[in-house]
Amino acid sequence: MQGIRRVTSHLIPLLQRDVDTDQIIPARFLKVTDKLGLGQHLFEDWRYLADGTPNPGFALNQDQADGAQILLAGDNFGCGSSREHAAWALLGWGVRAVISTSFADIFRTNAVKNGLLPVEVDQATFSALREFVSANPQAEVTIDLETQRVSFGSGRTTQFTIDAFSRRCLVEGVDQLGYLLSKEDEIQAYEAGLDAC
Amino acid sequence: MNPPQAAQARTMLSKIWESHVVAQDPGVPAVIYVDLHLIHEVTSPQAFAGLKARGLSVRRPNRTFATMDHSTPTLSLDLSLVDHLAAAQVRQLEHNCREFGVPLFDLSSERRGIVHVIGAELGLTQPGMTIVCGDSHTSTHGAFGALAFGIGTSEVEHVLATQCLLQDRPKSYAVHVDGRLNPGVTAKDIILALIAKIGVHGGVGYVFEYGGPAIRALDMEGRMTVSNMSIEAGARAGMVAPDEVTLEYLAGREYAPKGPDWDSALARWRQIPSDEGAAHDGSVSLDASSLEPMITYGTNPAMGMPITGRIPTPESLADTNQRQALEKSLRYMDLRPGQSLLGHRIDVVFLGSCTNSRISDLRLAAGLLDGRKVAPNVRMLVVPGSQAVKRQAEAEGLDRVFRSAGAEWRESGCSMCLAMNGDELQPGQYGVSTSNRNYEGRQGKGGRTFLASPLTAAACAIAGEISDVRALL
Repeated sequence: MQGIRRVTSHLIPLLQRDVDTDQIIPARFLKVTDKLGLGQHLFEDWRYLADGTPNPGFALNQDQADGAQILLAGDNFGCGSSREHAAWALLGWGVRAVISTSFADIFRTNAVKNGLLPVEVDQATFSALREFVSANPQAEVTIDLETQRVSFGSGRTTQFTIDAFSRRCLVEGVDQLGYLLSKEDEIQAYEAGLDAC
Repeated sequence: MNPPQAAQARTMLSKIWESHVVAQDPGVPAVIYVDLHLIHEVTSPQAFAGLKARGLSVRRPNRTFATMDHSTPTLSLDLSLVDHLAAAQVRQLEHNCREFGVPLFDLSSERRGIVHVIGAELGLTQPGMTIVCGDSHTSTHGAFGALAFGIGTSEVEHVLATQCLLQDRPKSYAVHVDGRLNPGVTAKDIILALIAKIGVHGGVGYVFEYGGPAIRALDMEGRMTVSNMSIEAGARAGMVAPDEVTLEYLAGREYAPKGPDWDSALARWRQIPSDEGAAHDGSVSLDASSLEPMITYGTNPAMGMPITGRIPTPESLADTNQRQALEKSLRYMDLRPGQSLLGHRIDVVFLGSCTNSRISDLRLAAGLLDGRKVAPNVRMLVVPGSQAVKRQAEAEGLDRVFRSAGAEWRESGCSMCLAMNGDELQPGQYGVSTSNRNYEGRQGKGGRTFLASPLTAAACAIAGEISDVRALL
């Protein structure tokens, strides 16, 4: 995984709360054995109407979504199923970061492990970003992971929270499996204790 | 973090957590050991591919068990019944399990079934264990006093390779359920009422510990139903302290300890419940005596109400986002604020899923359907949770009850809970489902789900519309 320090892009507003992973990628697209191609089905059932044509009212189908890499999402984003396919689908489409007031636990874990930034902001910042994107749909927002700052508009910046380990993993592209494998001695010692029981 | 004092009262979560920490570096989540890793066809292929790419093996195949449930056919066990992608995924699991030496309960196995049903019935799930699976309903296994939670596919790869996970310590949340359930009200109604009370976000960051007289009075299958849906309130895990009910369930099961091992296991298991006075980080209370059968009206599991209730009006909600969410849900469901659901049209009844597909669930539904018929406007699917549940039901004649009532009797699997295998609602259809999620399109694109208990589902099947089971008791 490549390290990621900064994302600059305009925003895709998807403001409703409790967006579940079944919406991000419906179960019928989980029959894959690799991680590829899921981006084309991102939010499939919201993105397309019953006749298969794009739903003009949906955020991803609007002009401002073209080339955008940051999703501004309502509270509790990614709730429900543990499917990591949700993170793969977002990345596959081109989303590099999601800003929300909170994330579901498993989604957040999956995001970090794939280099997708979960940016948790307070309600006031969220409201400010919502108003900003509404007034300036094409204006850019910068997420700086090293300083934990979101900046937008004429010099407005605000802190966001992310735990130190997740930040390090994202910035340095830490290989978490590599870290676990480096604990071989401790794992062996633990297992020796189990066998002694 | 200071180590706990010997005399300090500890929660069940603390005890299990602390006994599984393998390493803890400063500023890094704990490395915790996984006692039991369950895998299935949908969330494992990319993890095995990752192992292969790095030249790694499965560290503890004897702590790893695989089954196939999500995309498998239920009409019969013939793979030609599902599409080629689903069939290929099943074949890939067979291949991976052979290559890495992982025990697999395949389509021909008598032990196969929904991963969260067979773990318990085989005795793999035991008190005090850490249990993970690439599936959010792994919380089910917490009913035995285990710390059990869903993980993503990257973490599946981590556990396959190291038998360990990097985890931040979760907080503990006490859910106290007082009183006694009234006739027609079940474990499913307890958990739907809890989620309606605290919301789909209420448990994020926590592990629930369910207790109180109404939880103690549940059998293991009821406790599994409750623990199963912890994730629907955002909690990754839910636990019930082991007691005599737990031990009685476990004794003699295939993978449960035997002889002297059983005795030493008992000594360990008796230490697991939270100490008297242990402090939790959050708590909530419910009174089981005041509960009615529950039903959901919206598109997340917290949008639920008593069966005799009325759908809330957006004006009654303080929060703008909640108002908008309710309005969006009701548009999708084609329902009105203030409406009662009693008498509302339904098209399908689904009895199944890792929430409610065990023998006691089938017995409850069959008890109501015996001598009655599924209404002609309703299609009812009964999908047992495992092949063992299916055999037991057939031995008791429940399959004949369902069939003569007009319901379909299927092979075991996840089926219409997430509609991966072709068992699905059609656009616009209304289904009453004993499963766990009523999200938009969850049970089929455009399908609309009412979540309810097996008793309520059976009552609705008979009436051909949303109905209060208590009228039939």
